[in-house]
Amino acid sequence: MSGDVSGHFVLSSSPHIHSGDSVRKIMFSVIIAMLPAFVAALYFFRWDALRLTLACVIACALAEALTRKAMKRDFGITDLSAVVTGLLLAFNLPPSLPTWMAVVGSAFAIVIGKQVFGGIGYNPFNPALVGRVFLLVSFPVAMTSWSRWRIPSPGPGVDAVTTATPLGLMKTSLTTSGTVPYVFDGQTAWQFFLGAKNGCIGEVSGLAILFGAAFLLWRRCITWHTPVFFLGSMAVFSQILRLCDPSHNMPALFHLLTGGALLGAFFMATDMVTTPVTRVGMMLFGAGCGILTMVIRKWGGYPEGVSFSILIMNGLTPLINRATRPRVFGHAVPKERKEAPQKSS
Amino acid sequence: MKVQAVRAPFAARGGVHPPYGKDATASLPVETLPLPKRLVVSLAQHLGAPSKPTVKKGDKVLKGEVIAEAGGFVSSSVHAPTSGTVKTVDEMMTATGRPATCVEIEADGADASVDFSPLLNWNELPSKALVNRIAGAGIIGMGGAGFPTHVKLSPPPGKTIDTLIINGAECEPRLTADHRLMVEQPGRILAGARIIKRILGVKCVWIAIEDNKPEAIASMEKIAGEAGSEDNVRIVALPTLYPQGAEKQLICSITGREVPSGGLPMDVGALVENVGTAAAIADAILEGKPLIERIVTVTGDGVRSSKNFLARVGTPLHDLVAAAGGLVNDAAKIISGGPMMGIALEGLEAGLNKTTSGLVILRSNDVCYFSSMPCIACGRCVEACPMGLMPCTISERVEAEDYVGAEGFDVLDCIECGCCAYECPAHRPLVQHMRLGKAQAMARRKREATKSA
Repeated sequence: MSGDVSGHFVLSSSPHIHSGDSVRKIMFSVIIAMLPAFVAALYFFRWDALRLTLACVIACALAEALTRKAMKRDFGITDLSAVVTGLLLAFNLPPSLPTWMAVVGSAFAIVIGKQVFGGIGYNPFNPALVGRVFLLVSFPVAMTSWSRWRIPSPGPGVDAVTTATPLGLMKTSLTTSGTVPYVFDGQTAWQFFLGAKNGCIGEVSGLAILFGAAFLLWRRCITWHTPVFFLGSMAVFSQILRLCDPSHNMPALFHLLTGGALLGAFFMATDMVTTPVTRVGMMLFGAGCGILTMVIRKWGGYPEGVSFSILIMNGLTPLINRATRPRVFGHAVPKERKEAPQKSS
Repeated sequence: MKVQAVRAPFAARGGVHPPYGKDATASLPVETLPLPKRLVVSLAQHLGAPSKPTVKKGDKVLKGEVIAEAGGFVSSSVHAPTSGTVKTVDEMMTATGRPATCVEIEADGADASVDFSPLLNWNELPSKALVNRIAGAGIIGMGGAGFPTHVKLSPPPGKTIDTLIINGAECEPRLTADHRLMVEQPGRILAGARIIKRILGVKCVWIAIEDNKPEAIASMEKIAGEAGSEDNVRIVALPTLYPQGAEKQLICSITGREVPSGGLPMDVGALVENVGTAAAIADAILEGKPLIERIVTVTGDGVRSSKNFLARVGTPLHDLVAAAGGLVNDAAKIISGGPMMGIALEGLEAGLNKTTSGLVILRSNDVCYFSSMPCIACGRCVEACPMGLMPCTISERVEAEDYVGAEGFDVLDCIECGCCAYECPAHRPLVQHMRLGKAQAMARRKREATKSA
């Protein structure tokens, strides 16, 4: 009976049990959840999807490991967060992007987007989006060229999308001829949902993204608040525009099924580190993302605004957290942020 | 008359669902532990001032004899759990994990008792006399906190109590002591509830039980039905959720009232007593017996056979574990209390306290060894906190030694239930940070009070 040997029992503070979840398990779940979209990417973009994904994941992991080593810090790549960043960045790249650009973007995402702030948990902005926006402003032509979309016949009525993304086509059409480019019917919507459109490699198939999202919800890696408010505010905003002026605006479903809306709402606006911790905050965050996305799509210079809107809302996250502090049990009023007592030193 | 449990009318905030693990002992009848040869009775079992010993080495004591008297108003007396000789009065390790003055008694085996004088006419006596008897019987909150019961039962003038809640929630995983008491001796609980009702002059009593204990609910329903309607007992089935049995959460679930920050249940007209405390009150009044024994669950994969015991206060934890078949080879952690709020002990030398509802022994595989990571702001702690705090933010403030900031985020409202740390995927020591933040905030307030005085 080992109990006779006193002083050999573990002493620690309560609680003595744990849910068993960990950062690594959460990151692993996110990776699993991205597999359907990855499979869809492979189907639509073949070798380019594999090339970009591998390049980004390997570059992110290496950048993470090397920076941690250079900074003489622990917690290298074992928490798998760098892999998630790599996958997300790759999913946000056009299929024709040269490999070296993907590698540069990955390094920027990890080093500047994450590690200079202190690594996991401390980065204010979503590293993958930092990488993407860095590439977008550094290599604007390469980041908006969509020449390699190879699926020959996605279905009737959508042949026109082979050279540009639906959003890009719409923007061009609106600026040149002043009208929306085509009629968006149920058939087209279904094709878009399955993935038959041009776009970044991981964002084209709504179906694949929803499979992953369902897994994330089931695993409690994300909650419904952010995506529902993100997509909901987008839908409401775009539908109002459509009702006001049908000849210059596409219906809500078009906006939800194009660009990075679904990928952004389920995989990037739900990034834990860079988004609010309160439920109300998550709803505000999501709504803000949706509205900003529509503002950029409608009035901005870029056809797509998901990345920018999420980054802007990332910047607002500390303020949102502060503004949405829950009412503490036993405190009478929904508390304004009580000022901390003066420091007495 | 038939009494049927009602659902709790108000939902609690936050909370977690740890694996309950009560099946190991929930159906095991309470076994009376044989008298130990020696007992170690702590004189700091309760909240407040430690009791002052009234015996010295070599004294002969009888069962029920006072061996230490209250060291102040918020204190309690302690009685000899059996007859024997006082071997030492000295500082020793206790079941709260801290050393305190203890009285060590060598039992003579006769278990000879002082004469107990029941107050059979209690219904005619003034409340004061009943409260004095409860104080004299050394009764303290048996749910874990150990607040002296007579203090609770003496609300200052101006405070009226209209709601009495008898707490049989037992939301801590693995523990079944209260459950077995409700199943086996519901009459004692009800008798105690009647006495408290009489003392406070309240009209109605709620007996609150989590709905994962249908057997206990049925048992209390039956006894309340037999007792008839003049008792006005209501059984309330609470949703199974940790920490449903925490005082503030319990009051809120039943009355919808929130105990104000820094306040006491009596501020919202409520009083909560654990089922074990109610039974002890019944013993003190109806039999004249002081609090010298309690039911304790000895469980966990680290003991060979989990049991519920009725044991004398002061019984060495060694004896309890031995009676449960002893430790398995890789027993690695001893928890006094439950796994969510219990205290890890360094050994089994201490004696059973009046507040020790369980002894949970974990095997090495089940012990959490974590190195903490930076917070990833997942928000699970915010969602889990039953007090509506932001543990992640407070933890970061404490880590940065910004205790003023932590206080600004209401660290003093933390009840240390452990829900945040249970959920945290970054394995951050959130409860330790909370405790440190609370201690620093209290110290700062004390400093400022002395400065301005």
